[in-house]
Amino acid sequence: MRMTGAQILWRSLELEGVKHVFGYPGGTILPAYDALTQSTIHHVLVRHEQGATHMADGYARATGQVGVAVATSGPGATNMVTGIATAMMDSSPIVCITGQVGSKMLGSDAFQEIDITGVTLPITKHNYIVTRPEDIAKTIHEAFYVARSGRPGPVLVDITRDAQQASCEFEWDASVPKLPGFRPDIQPEPATYEEALKMINGSRRPVILAGHGILISEASQLLREFVERTHIPVAMTLLGIGSFPASHPLNLGMMGMHGEAWVNKAIQEADLLLALGMRFDDRVTGELAKYAPKAKKIHIEIDPAEINKRVKVDVALIGDLREVLPKLLPKVTRTDSSEWLERIWELKGDSAVRDIQSLPDEGHLYAAHVINDLWHETQGSDTIVVSDVGQHQMWEAQYYKHERPRSLVTSGGLGTMGFALPAAIGAKTARPDAEVWVVAGDGGFQMTMPELATIMQENLKINIAIINNGFLGMVRQWQQFFYESNYQSTPMLSPDFVKVAEAYGIRAMEVTTRSQVVPTVKAARSHDGPVLINFRVEQEDAVYPMVAAGAALHDMIRRPSPLVETAEDV
Amino acid sequence: MLNTFVVYVENKSGALARVALLFRRRGYNIESLTVGRTEKPDVSRMTITVEADADQARRIEANIYKLVNVLLVENVSAVPVITRDLAMIKVAAPQEVRSQVLELASVFRARVVDVALSSITIEITGAEDKIDGLLDVLRPFGVLEMVRTGIVAMRRGARTSEPNNEQTPDFIVE
Repeated sequence: MRMTGAQILWRSLELEGVKHVFGYPGGTILPAYDALTQSTIHHVLVRHEQGATHMADGYARATGQVGVAVATSGPGATNMVTGIATAMMDSSPIVCITGQVGSKMLGSDAFQEIDITGVTLPITKHNYIVTRPEDIAKTIHEAFYVARSGRPGPVLVDITRDAQQASCEFEWDASVPKLPGFRPDIQPEPATYEEALKMINGSRRPVILAGHGILISEASQLLREFVERTHIPVAMTLLGIGSFPASHPLNLGMMGMHGEAWVNKAIQEADLLLALGMRFDDRVTGELAKYAPKAKKIHIEIDPAEINKRVKVDVALIGDLREVLPKLLPKVTRTDSSEWLERIWELKGDSAVRDIQSLPDEGHLYAAHVINDLWHETQGSDTIVVSDVGQHQMWEAQYYKHERPRSLVTSGGLGTMGFALPAAIGAKTARPDAEVWVVAGDGGFQMTMPELATIMQENLKINIAIINNGFLGMVRQWQQFFYESNYQSTPMLSPDFVKVAEAYGIRAMEVTTRSQVVPTVKAARSHDGPVLINFRVEQEDAVYPMVAAGAALHDMIRRPSPLVETAEDV
Repeated sequence: MLNTFVVYVENKSGALARVALLFRRRGYNIESLTVGRTEKPDVSRMTITVEADADQARRIEANIYKLVNVLLVENVSAVPVITRDLAMIKVAAPQEVRSQVLELASVFRARVVDVALSSITIEITGAEDKIDGLLDVLRPFGVLEMVRTGIVAMRRGARTSEPNNEQTPDFIVE
């Protein structure tokens, strides 16, 4: 059948199973938008192209399906860069489609021409420029395959205006891509299984490090079976949260810079680390030279380039967790770890005393209390929390107990402020039946605040909790600890968020005391439209514990004891 | 240690940039990179030399492999291999020293490819140290200009680096 390139684009996306795209029209993508009218695909009009990429990302993280963002050439395309980099760092499968100037004008510095394939070369898994309609179907086919296969990541497809306008025969089945160099079907060497099994079954103080790979690989159930068989406790990376139920007795919690003290100490005292789908990020290891010095390390990871990148491991099983774990499962035995678990509970007891949850409610509103109450209210329901970047993100990770995979969406590797609001729009679009909560700071929220209009236009029931402390809190905390409390450029004035939300037709409430938290959350949940809650929390609270940059993982700055804290913080 | 990689890439736009950028981004300094055609019209072959320890070299290999257009990477540093570099060296060679220059060239089995009144251009092919050796002895005469291609490498013996059909069947997406 003869079709224009623009028609082929949408038809190809439909055949890839795409139901929604997030985009913003403009000159060079206009032929595509003209043809969109005949497509079954729903287009979500964003307010900034960065938002489109975060939405596609949130869509992908909430479901595992490829998210799609569309933009025009030039500034439309460059506005996508932060979102593409965010997806790259967190291995999120998105496909970005950009318009490009006509192929005859390429390289002439035409109006709104930018070499976006060049710009995004280091931040995409792969990218394409398409100049002929004949190549569109095949390229879309390839782009989706590359984005979701192996270690997922963003793929950008740049399509010239003339390629969208010209016509050719369209035959999807004939557009099968050939990718002779792309081999995501990697398998571990058989001998490494035996080595790994020996280490696992012989360990006395083992810890599993559960990363994002478990979620990407849909291997949560396998992990659970593995843990129940071996009785090895689980520590999670930030992006690994949700891969193992928080309520499981062998779930220790989050590791790393703001990980629980007992988790980090357990890692430092372990004799075996079993790293699953994680990459030993610097926020997870602390000072490398002092990282888990007594532990043998097994790394199960799909990306061979991650092996021995930062932490030298003893055995690497390179492959998909969903294929590797079933081969290990029948051969692992229950480890003799009762002493080890007792040791960990002992460490945990020490930390719990310092836990902010044990602090009396003395009229101050702490972010941790807000998160804790939010968790209490929403637990048991199908809730997705989308957090932004900063202190509130760490508190969310510490105090919101995630039971299910893909129930937390957050920017880990790139740490992109402004991620939460648009990513939540993507998540809600992908999973309309889920309850979606944005948890954002007053700083990050303002970076992508205009997407409130997208919520309004799409009429999405999203609840927004702004953890408003009047500071760029995490930066302020670093200034407090490492720059002698020189709060340069971190106190921040914000607009009246309640009025802002109301201007967008979004219901809004303000909370200043702890007693208001639960009723307000209840009210937000029962309201059938979007709601924004402005939580005015303690201004100068800090996230504890904290491993300072360059310090060993067990060398943590701890929350001062309650008495000391009352003296200092109040 | 100096590592030599043989890389086969699909002959597509941007393939060279992708490989080069990867080295820049990961902070590895390329000593030499050559790229040229192979017997297959849609495949190019690169030879890349880079200073790296064994661990880094393994990660470089893994990172190159991740590039979608890369068909095959082989680190040939530890196998018997023939490496060749080609240089053209323009030497100041007025009448009174010309015979000395020609003699040196012939000792190194270099070829004279151009002669002018006051200069000679010598072409030499060989391993890098051989070319460096010739350069050392020519320098006192005055090297006016030099160009080197960078290293190309090939395994010795019957075994090839070339991706055969068995190693890389056309990967069909289901």
